[in-house]
Amino acid sequence: MNSVPRQRLVVIGNGMAGMRTVEELLRRAPVRYDITVFGAEPHPNYNRIMLSSVLAGEKQIDDIVINPRAWYADNGITLHTGDPVVGIDAKAKIVTSASGKAVPYDKLLLATGSKPLMPPLPGLDLPGVVAFRDIADTDAMLQAAEAKQRAVVIGGGLLGLEAAWGLKRRGMPVALVHLMPTLMERQLDVEAGGMLQKDLTERGLHFFTHAQTERIMGDTKAEGVALADGRTIPADLVVVAIGIRPNVDMGKVSGLEINRGIVVGDDMATSDADIYAVGECVEHRGQVFGLVAPLWEQAKVCAARLAGDALATYATPALSTRLKITGIDVFSAGKLAAEDDGDEEVVFRDATKGVYRKLVVRENKLVGAVMYGDVADGGWYFDLIKGDTDVSELRDRLIFGQAFADAGCCGGAKGSIDVAAMSDDTQVCGCNGVSKGAIVSAITEKGLTTLDEVRAHTKASASCGMCTPQVQAILSFVTGADADAPEAMCKCTDHGHDFVRHAIIDRQLKTQGEVRKTLGWKTEDGCAKCRPALNYYLLCAWPGEYVDDYRSRFINERVHANIQKDGTYSVVPRMWGGLTTPDELRAIADVADKFKIPTVKVTGGQRIDLLGVKKQDLPAVWADLNQAGLVSGHAYSKGLRTVKTCVGSEWCRFGTQDSTGLGVKLEKLMWGSWTPHKVKLAVSGCPRNCAEATIKDIGIICVEAGYDMVIGGNGGIEVRVTDPLVRLSTEEEVLEYSAAFMQLYREEGRYLERTAPYVERVGLAYIKKRILEDESGRKALFARFLFSQSYAQNDPWAERASGGVDAHEFQPLVVVS
Amino acid sequence: MQDWIDIGTIADIPRLGARTVDTPLGEVAVFRTGDDEVFALINKCPHKNGPLSEGIVSGRKVACPLHNWVIDLNSGEAQAPDEGCTTTLPLKQEADRLFLGLVTAKKKVAHG
Repeated sequence: MNSVPRQRLVVIGNGMAGMRTVEELLRRAPVRYDITVFGAEPHPNYNRIMLSSVLAGEKQIDDIVINPRAWYADNGITLHTGDPVVGIDAKAKIVTSASGKAVPYDKLLLATGSKPLMPPLPGLDLPGVVAFRDIADTDAMLQAAEAKQRAVVIGGGLLGLEAAWGLKRRGMPVALVHLMPTLMERQLDVEAGGMLQKDLTERGLHFFTHAQTERIMGDTKAEGVALADGRTIPADLVVVAIGIRPNVDMGKVSGLEINRGIVVGDDMATSDADIYAVGECVEHRGQVFGLVAPLWEQAKVCAARLAGDALATYATPALSTRLKITGIDVFSAGKLAAEDDGDEEVVFRDATKGVYRKLVVRENKLVGAVMYGDVADGGWYFDLIKGDTDVSELRDRLIFGQAFADAGCCGGAKGSIDVAAMSDDTQVCGCNGVSKGAIVSAITEKGLTTLDEVRAHTKASASCGMCTPQVQAILSFVTGADADAPEAMCKCTDHGHDFVRHAIIDRQLKTQGEVRKTLGWKTEDGCAKCRPALNYYLLCAWPGEYVDDYRSRFINERVHANIQKDGTYSVVPRMWGGLTTPDELRAIADVADKFKIPTVKVTGGQRIDLLGVKKQDLPAVWADLNQAGLVSGHAYSKGLRTVKTCVGSEWCRFGTQDSTGLGVKLEKLMWGSWTPHKVKLAVSGCPRNCAEATIKDIGIICVEAGYDMVIGGNGGIEVRVTDPLVRLSTEEEVLEYSAAFMQLYREEGRYLERTAPYVERVGLAYIKKRILEDESGRKALFARFLFSQSYAQNDPWAERASGGVDAHEFQPLVVVS
Repeated sequence: MQDWIDIGTIADIPRLGARTVDTPLGEVAVFRTGDDEVFALINKCPHKNGPLSEGIVSGRKVACPLHNWVIDLNSGEAQAPDEGCTTTLPLKQEADRLFLGLVTAKKKVAHG
């Protein structure tokens, strides 16, 4: 059979828009074209948006590569990197590159992106002046940062701020010069821009706003920036990040229609029907582009056209912006402010918490949102804007966010994301341009079950993370058919946690080997997921009998310290109820001096953290702390961590009971216990609740009439306020009820399930039935807890400081010089 | 040239565990599986340089303690979908003694 000769497609530009077009084209028409790609940079295709994360040290270059060279080879694409195209003969349909290659084409795609906008400043060509556009610029900035020199960034938009923050993170003193009175004025209103400037100033950036740069100072290299008002700022590195302009060079050499960018129609074709263009180099209906979302849309339409679909047309989608500075949350979409009397602004401001949001409503539709501080609802607002949704029903609750608005109108569908209503084309992840359809097919085709797997395979929510709730919702929706079947513990077994725990008790299984053999494990010695869980379940079921398997514990529990990112450890001695003494403090200070411990920090749990301890020093550190009577604080364990207290009636004029004393008693009762996940307690001396008991696993709030016991709180990723369980009248009751709840959680909580999700799973009514209504059951739980504790309360530091236990953990086998 | 360095006996390494050896190449992790197989790898996860010797060993794999990448002890390869590879070193056992193969020439090892 004769095959139809393939057409030749040449792509100029190896960036995000060009390669996305090629990806889409390969999906639609895998064999239609022989594809040749020219890239001016010497790298494969990478995610330019994430360069700021590379600069800030949060990602490596390798992390941001979208398509490695193997991808080009696998798809039969000829790739020429570091070889820019210099000529196009549109009549003969041939492109020529800098190195002299001449390649004929049937269709040509221009995706040459943009160039940094460089103002006509004297001194711009001095060494030490860079733009922030590509890997080479980023490398230059990183090199300067290594020398710890001073930097000035010109431009207070998205790019300039991310550049400034990245350099600051790398240890450089950084000043930022901005022409306008407020930062990011195209995306933020004056109020949010002001909050941003205040926060970044507190983080050590210096700002010169309303400042016109006159010239770059220096003779042989950049030495500073001179402003029009006469001020000068010394600098060894000057980063110009005032904006971008479309790179139209290729349009010029091929004689295409050019305005600000290379002019394209709704079909993404230029004035030459065989030459298409996508991305930041184009101008569509008078608009040029700098954000990524419209690029994905252009790529899709262009690919469809190249594949022969004569109907695909492009329209610019609504745009949203997010700043990638860790810990600074900014979101904006649509209009920044009311434009006329018909528009309404709704503003919410909480200066103390640093939260601000403004919505712009026009004819019962949301047309704009600016958020600062808390941007969790950004995606929801953006959906309302994109969907042109009538918000008149939600109008008076809209500003408080989705959870509140939904609860008000439809009886508490909390934060629900209507996955079924989303079309397959709906773009879920803006950073990586991943649609709902792509996520669904990855989940079904590859059998993905966790968010991490979805991230690994699709990159959805892997960059800024803002779309995580949507991705999670899609995952639940797609895999939801099996929602009734319990999730298997891991890939070693099909059994869920609860089944395995019951089997351990019912069938009297007393070792991990027995469990795996009896229950048909698929692996000989389990995996890093199931082994720690089985170890805990056996320890809980057979106290005093089961021998703890340290090889099934995570490193922190094995060496009784917390591993840090550089492989050193942190050491936290227990301070009962947060109380300490001058002698203990002296001992801690002496240890810090003796072992040259670089960081000493007070923790959120009212203790002291010694950070940066070398592994081989741990036994000696513990021995010295033990000498002063200090024991392990179990700051590393799935077990009792801290009991936080306020000073209570002993000192406080509001205190109703001895909260500190009660906290110490609780801690003495519960220390050393192993639990499914970490457990934190707090005791507050009055309802002012200074010990923050309402976000703890167990909280006690003292009142005149006794003690209110609350359970299931959490201050972590998903904050959950405790549920009130009972009011008790004596300290003895508090100890009994608390220990009984602790034991119930120990026996029923799944490994790595905190009390908050445990309480939500079984329901408060069930807990009340077990702890309040069944007195003998409660006393039995209490007794089982005490029995278990009789084996658990040994200081692990003392056991190891003396060299007896696990000595091999702390010394190398041999040292080869 | 390659030297075989005596690093002790297999009994010095806990089963399903690891010990480290300080070498001019940096720390080397020596693993022992449940079946008493032994492997030597540079003690750095390809992801963020986590100390693999501190991970949980199961089968012929170790899970890095920092971010749970799973590394094959035999090949040094990360388990998909993660991508990366840790350098493995030759290790031989004679009777119960273990010998680590180290290149001791003064040539610098290239870091990619």
